[in-house]
Amino acid sequence: MTRVYFDYNATTPLAPVVVDEVVRVTRDVFGNASSVHAFGQQAKTVVDSARSALAALLNADPSEVVFTSGGTEADNFAIRGAAEALEPAGRRHLIASGIEHEAVLNTLKALARRGWRTTLLRVDETGVVSPDRLREAMTDDTAIVSVMHANNEIGTIQPVADLAAIAHAHGALMHTDAVQSAGKIPVDVRALGVDLLSVSAHKFNGPKGAGALWIKRGTRMQPVMTGGKHERNRRAGTENVPALAGLGVAATLAASKMPGEARRVAALRDRLETGILHAVPGTVVNGARDARVPNTTNISFDHVEAESLLIALDLEGVAVSTGSACSSGTLEPSHVLRAMGLPPHRTQNSLRFSLGMFSNQEEVDRVIEILPRLVEKLRGLTRKPAVAGG
Amino acid sequence: MSGGVDSSVAAALLAEQGHDVIGLSMQLYDASGADGRASFGSCCSIDDLHDARRVAAAIDIPHYILNFEQQFTEHVVSNFVREYAAGRTPLPCAHCNSDLKFATLVERARGFGADAVATGHYARVEHDATSGRFLLRRGVDPEKDQSYFLFSLTQDQLSRAVFPVGDRPKDEVREYARRRRLPVADKPDSQEICFIPDHDYAAFVAERVPAAAREGAIVDEQGRVLGSHGGIHRFTVGQRKGLGLSTPAPMYVLELRPTEQQVVVGPKTSLEQTTLTASGVNWILDEPLLLRAVTAQIRHRHRPAAAVVRSAGDGRADVIFETPQVAITPGQAIVFYDGDAVVGGGWID
Repeated sequence: MTRVYFDYNATTPLAPVVVDEVVRVTRDVFGNASSVHAFGQQAKTVVDSARSALAALLNADPSEVVFTSGGTEADNFAIRGAAEALEPAGRRHLIASGIEHEAVLNTLKALARRGWRTTLLRVDETGVVSPDRLREAMTDDTAIVSVMHANNEIGTIQPVADLAAIAHAHGALMHTDAVQSAGKIPVDVRALGVDLLSVSAHKFNGPKGAGALWIKRGTRMQPVMTGGKHERNRRAGTENVPALAGLGVAATLAASKMPGEARRVAALRDRLETGILHAVPGTVVNGARDARVPNTTNISFDHVEAESLLIALDLEGVAVSTGSACSSGTLEPSHVLRAMGLPPHRTQNSLRFSLGMFSNQEEVDRVIEILPRLVEKLRGLTRKPAVAGG
Repeated sequence: MSGGVDSSVAAALLAEQGHDVIGLSMQLYDASGADGRASFGSCCSIDDLHDARRVAAAIDIPHYILNFEQQFTEHVVSNFVREYAAGRTPLPCAHCNSDLKFATLVERARGFGADAVATGHYARVEHDATSGRFLLRRGVDPEKDQSYFLFSLTQDQLSRAVFPVGDRPKDEVREYARRRRLPVADKPDSQEICFIPDHDYAAFVAERVPAAAREGAIVDEQGRVLGSHGGIHRFTVGQRKGLGLSTPAPMYVLELRPTEQQVVVGPKTSLEQTTLTASGVNWILDEPLLLRAVTAQIRHRHRPAAAVVRSAGDGRADVIFETPQVAITPGQAIVFYDGDAVVGGGWID
C-alpha cells in the first residue's frame, strides 16, 4: 500500500541532503567536539557550521544559539533557566497561553508545584492570543511570558512581537516556541523582539534529537543541564554531532527554499481544505484561516469521533493526527480547541492535516476522494450523534 | 488486546489463520495522579498497553489504543462504586464485557470495517442451525472458563464475538505464545480489579462516595449490637475476617443494610439459602416460562449447583437450589448452565 503522510507537524521525513550529511558525519566525524586534538577540532567545525546555518535561518548571531536535544528541552531550558535566574530578583509569576505545547504547559505546572504562580491566557475562537489579555495578566513580578509563534494543532500565528513589547514593558522576558514556524515561515528573532526562542530540527526535515534555544545576548539564564563546559557553559553534554550537522543542512535548505516552498505547500493545503469542505458535509475549519502556517489545516467532522476517523484513514494508508501525539499513542480531546472555547464535540471530532516537502497533488486528491466514504460509514454507526458543530 | 497472553494469542491465532486483523486496546483509566506525580515510572496500565503494541508488532498487525476513559467511568466504575455503597458486591468485568467490549468497542471496530471482535476470553460461541441462535459455551479449560462474565451478551453481541482461545487449555495457550515468541508469553495472569492497582477497593469507594464510609453497627440476627464498623462498603456477604468481634463462635457477614448502615452477622449455618431472585436477566437459550432444570453458578469460583429456574418476566428470574448454597451475594451474577452451554444469567438481588 502506498501511504500518504499528512502529519508533518508531528515530524517530517528527512531531506535527502540531510540524510547524506548525517551519514557522512556519523561515519567520518566521530570526534568529541570538546576535545583539543584534530578529531575534536573536526567535530567542533561541524557543530559551529550548523550553528551558523541555524543562526542565518533565524537572523540571529551564532553565539546566541545553544543546541539542545530538541524542542522540549529548549522549552524546558527557556522557562526553567530563566525562572531560576530571575527568582532572586523576586519574580515569581509565569504567563503562557492556553494553547502551548505540553513542553511549556507541563513545565509551568512543575514550577507551580515549587511555588510559582502561573497564568494561562485564553485565546479567542480563532485561536489567537489577544495582547489585551496579556496586558491584564501582567504583574510586577512576572518573570517570563511564553507564547508560541505558530500553534502545532491549528497552525495559527500569534502576535509575538506585540506580546513581547508588553512583556518587556513590565520587565519580563519573552519566550516563544517557534518549533512549528521555523523553516515554514520567516522567523526573525529581532523582528519578533523576543529574548528566548525554541526550535526543533525534525520539524523542518532535519533529524530527531536536535534542536536549539536561541538566547538573546545578555539574557540572564541558569543552565538546566549541568556538567561540562559545553555550549559556552549553557548546556552541558557531549554534542550530538551528526544530528546537529543534519540540523544545519536542514536549516540552510529551508532558508533557501522558503518563499517558493511555502507557496507550493499552501496551495496544496488550500486544495485539500477546500476539497474536504466541499466533499464532506458537516465540516468546518478550526482557527483563523488567514494568519496561519502554510502547511496546516484543522477540520472538525460533525457526528464523527476523530479517533475513529484517524484509524479508518490509517487503515486506508493515510496518516493524519487528532492534535498532538502523546507518548502513549492515545488520543485525547484537544486542549488547544478547548482553550479556544469550542464545545466538547468539536474538540473530539477534529483532525489535523499537515503537509510538507514531499506532499503532492495526487496525495491531496486521494484523501479528498476516500474521506467522504469513511465519514459516511462512521456516521451511520454512531449511536449517540454529537450535535452539529457550527 | 489487553497486553496479556490470552488476547495476544487470540490475535496471533487469527492472524495466522489468514484473517485481516486489527489490534485494538482500550485505555480505560488514567493511572497517573491528578498532579501527574503518582505515575512517574510506575504506571502498570501503560506498560500493558505497550505490551499489546509489542505483540501487534511481533505478529505484524496494525494496533491502536482507544481512549475509553469516559465510557469506562460511566459504565463500569460508577456502577462498581454505587453497588458497594448500596451494600452489594459488584462484578465489574461483566459490565465491562457487555457495556464496553461488546458495545462501544464493537461499534468502533465496525467503523473500521471489521466483521467481528475477538477477545482472549475462555469461552466458545457457536451458531445453532436448528434454533438459529448463537450459543455461549464454557471454555474447554475448566480452571480458566470465563463464560460466567459473558452471560449478559445479547444475540446480536454474540453474533459478532469470536473467542479464539476458548477451545484450548491455558497451558496450550502459553505454549503457543512461546512458540510464536510473543513478548508476553510468560507474563503472569492478571488478578483482581484492573482499575484499582493497589487492591484497596474500600479506599477507592470511600474516596468517590464519602457517604458510604459512614460508621455503623454490627448486629446479630436478633438486632443486638455486637460492635461497630467503618462503612458497609468494606464488607461482602460471607466475609469472616475484619469484623473485629470477639464472639465464642466465628461470625460471618449475612447481610448489609445500607439505609441503617448496619452489618448483620451470624453463624455459618445462617449463610445458607435455597432460593434467590435475579434481575437484569439475559436469556441466551429460550426464556424458561416453566421451571427448567439447570446448574447454577453464583460466583466466578463457585461449583455449579443443581437448581431450577423460571422466568418471572420483566427481566427477572426465580431460582430454587436443590441443596442450600452458602453466601448468596447480592450484586454478583448468577449464571445458569445446561451442560456447558449458558442458558442465561442475571444479577442477584
